[in-house]
Amino acid sequence: MPKDNGIGASTKRREDVRFLTGHGKYTDDINVLHQTYVHFLRSDVAHGKITSIDTAEAAKMPGVVRIFTGADFEGVGGLPCGWQVTDRHGEPMKEPPHPVLAQGKVRHVGEPIAAVVADTLDEARDAAEAIMVEIEDLPAAVDMKAALKDGAPKVHDELSDNLCYDWGFVEENKGAVEEAIKNAAHVTTLELVNNRLVANPMEPRVALGDYNRSDDMSTLYTTSQNPHVIRLLMGAFVLGIPEHKLRVVAPDVGGGFGTKIFHYAEEAFCTFAARQIKRPVKWTSTRSEAFMSDAHGRDHVTKIELALDKDNNFTAIRTETYANMGAYLSTFAPSVPTWLHGTLMAGNYKTPNIYVNVKAVFTNTVPVDAYRGAGRPEATFQLERVIDKAARELGVDPIALRKQNFITEFPYATPVAVEYDTGDYMATMAKLEEIADVKGFAARRAESEKNGKLRGLGINCYIEACGIAPSNLVGQLGARAGLYESATVRVNATGTISVMTGSHSHGQGHETAFPQVVAEMLGIDESMIDIVHGDTANTPMGMGTYGSRSIAVGGSAMVRATEKIINKAKKIAAHLMEASEADIELKDGAFSVAGTDKSVAWGDVTLAAYVPHNYPLEDIEPGLEETAFYDPSNFTYPSGAYCCEVEVDPETGKVTVERFAAADDFGNIINPMIVSGQVHGGIAQGIGQALLENCAYDENGQLLSASYMDYAMPRADDVPFYQVDHSCQTPCTHNPLGVKGCGEAGAIGSPPAVINAVVDALQSGGHKVTHIDMPATPSRVWAAMQG
Amino acid sequence: MAKVTMTVNGKSVSHDVEGRTLLVQFLREKLNLTGTHVGCDTSQCGACVVHVNGEAVKSCTMFAAEAEGAEVTTIEAVENDDGSLSVVQQAFQDHHGLQCGFCTPGMVMTATALLKENPKPSEAEIRDHLEGNICRCTGYHNIVKAIMAASGQDVSSVAAE
Repeated sequence: MPKDNGIGASTKRREDVRFLTGHGKYTDDINVLHQTYVHFLRSDVAHGKITSIDTAEAAKMPGVVRIFTGADFEGVGGLPCGWQVTDRHGEPMKEPPHPVLAQGKVRHVGEPIAAVVADTLDEARDAAEAIMVEIEDLPAAVDMKAALKDGAPKVHDELSDNLCYDWGFVEENKGAVEEAIKNAAHVTTLELVNNRLVANPMEPRVALGDYNRSDDMSTLYTTSQNPHVIRLLMGAFVLGIPEHKLRVVAPDVGGGFGTKIFHYAEEAFCTFAARQIKRPVKWTSTRSEAFMSDAHGRDHVTKIELALDKDNNFTAIRTETYANMGAYLSTFAPSVPTWLHGTLMAGNYKTPNIYVNVKAVFTNTVPVDAYRGAGRPEATFQLERVIDKAARELGVDPIALRKQNFITEFPYATPVAVEYDTGDYMATMAKLEEIADVKGFAARRAESEKNGKLRGLGINCYIEACGIAPSNLVGQLGARAGLYESATVRVNATGTISVMTGSHSHGQGHETAFPQVVAEMLGIDESMIDIVHGDTANTPMGMGTYGSRSIAVGGSAMVRATEKIINKAKKIAAHLMEASEADIELKDGAFSVAGTDKSVAWGDVTLAAYVPHNYPLEDIEPGLEETAFYDPSNFTYPSGAYCCEVEVDPETGKVTVERFAAADDFGNIINPMIVSGQVHGGIAQGIGQALLENCAYDENGQLLSASYMDYAMPRADDVPFYQVDHSCQTPCTHNPLGVKGCGEAGAIGSPPAVINAVVDALQSGGHKVTHIDMPATPSRVWAAMQG
Repeated sequence: MAKVTMTVNGKSVSHDVEGRTLLVQFLREKLNLTGTHVGCDTSQCGACVVHVNGEAVKSCTMFAAEAEGAEVTTIEAVENDDGSLSVVQQAFQDHHGLQCGFCTPGMVMTATALLKENPKPSEAEIRDHLEGNICRCTGYHNIVKAIMAASGQDVSSVAAE
């Protein structure tokens, strides 16, 4: 019988009621008295020298409060980068300044040049049209390989070239990899593109800066996945506001997918401008603005080689990747193609020799940073595509080739510097074959062919490193922050509980799932526990939500704090029952003395903590509130196997996803309903990447896909029902819940399954297609079929 | 500025608006009905769907002035008279048809209107009808399932959870 409370229960989400009735409180729903509105005048060219900005006429327009340009930010810090990568030669990456408003040059379409603050948004927009900006167009660096050639336009004049870094991993493996490839019985080579995407959470970004003169306090309401990180970055590095005079609030946030991790110019601007004009300043992004100001994702161009011996064992992998940074380094951009990508290149396979080379390139495009999966989808896509290609070249079953090379013993140290603690890749593959009904495929293909359609089946596996991350390790790798998480468990006098967490929920359902953990530990009802998050004023310093880290790291902090609560409560209970603390047991919300019928209820103990009349005051303080900071000792390694079945219309090249199945191993699971929902959403984003979505620039750096008219978001009729399963569970060995994290898996595991299926379908029709780049649009597929 | 008068969620309301004021701005900014959301600027996403004279309409596609005299219903007035969730709202909660909640008001308004005109839509009909509503979180699986369940169909054969 399924549980209805605590860990493992599919508890319905308590946050749903406010969202379903229109009572969610998103940042744009917040308005402050005397509020002004800002409209940013943005560059419409990719690269140019600003020769003049004349704001005189605009400043006289109705309602205008003040117009800001780059000149107003001289002496103010630029936007900081939170990760420094060291290149193959031991040199730090190039790190050019990232101004809040353009200084002298514009480097991508959408870069803010001036900001008009006015009484109403319409007045701000109208006035912005009266600003006269002269820009001398410069040739733009757009294509990454071209941008690295001698004589290419330089994005940053002060740098020697557009190469941010040339990273080798593991550099010492390079020679052995070359040797293994030379001696291989077979080498499969694949060149591919991991297409540039835009995360597109449905809520566009919003920033509302407020300043209170009475206490010199600045408050920023913002659409963030990590309010404490924003406070630290903006306060310490950009505006010079100390933490105790700066509050950052991220209320209900309408999706993030990585793009709301980063510290953006608009947040710094609104906070800065509110202090200047002594009135609140609000910015609400339009969707078109979001396309040219939200950090983009992916955008890798890769060559991968897979070497096999005569028995089809993998012997080496070598990759060379060009990774687009865009015009500036966004907050965590340098880490994505390196530590979140190179370390995953072993995948689920025991390949003894691996070498990864990544060249990160500045271009005149919007900055690129983490998007759901961040580096791991790029690693998985190339690896699982090249394995599929190898299987076809060798004439072996792609599933069998994978199984033959699976890692089967744990812990397993990969040649790319990580150690997988647990996994059972045979089990997830077996589960996948069952739920996807792989055996029934031949009959389904025959049926499709009867209807004039080509049908293909694509399989792939994935591994990811989540639960980001051990602070000492990432510090060595260049992170400029710790990546622990925090929780304060505040037990109230009557026994109800508020948990203040540094994690942030923007769709993940923490308000429901986190209480399940505490309820399980204490044996009380979930409804007695509330989660507080999203406000630096009432949560302990925490690093926020991304990298599938909330339950693995934030949940672990909550467990540690709750353990402290239990320890103290046992002391109180022992006192109340005049028993030895060692004999006290907590079960079903009551403390009892082992071997006796004495017991005292949870509520009596909590009341005693706050009304300490009969209380061991000489030993312990009154009150029942504990904080814990949890720093993981390793990443977690969720894994799984995915299967996609497509039909291709040979007349039009249109691909339809007919079936999709996912078998994941997330370790232990807190709320199965929420976990499935996370996988569903990730799969749809992966299908979107594989078949629909593409962020496109022309050769001049003009953004061609800046609205939903041009950027194809997956719609309800683009996807089928999904078969998802997470019954294969190998618990994580190093966190107290045995959890691994589930937020990104779907987006990591699904793109290769789709493309493998498309290639399979085309080959079944006699087409000699060995690869097709994403998105596999009808025109691309049709062109591939023509040969 | 011109005065516009309409009935919103059963109450008559009047405000002076500019000609360019969209219905969604009127609802959010003049009436503080912030449940209706703005997710795009090209009438693609459907986060702003409300009912105008009983029909689902993207409130960013019409000017407030065009709603003169109309009966407008927003997400804030969909629940039952006793304050309990409507059948569609309850099905969305029961089947985890929402995550971040931002597209949800539009989804509920669209689904509610669909079930009025087609009380037992097929999966394909639901997916087709949701063409104008984008969700980035759920992959649509549980939204489609919730709407089928709200129409009284047995969804137990649809992949669990």
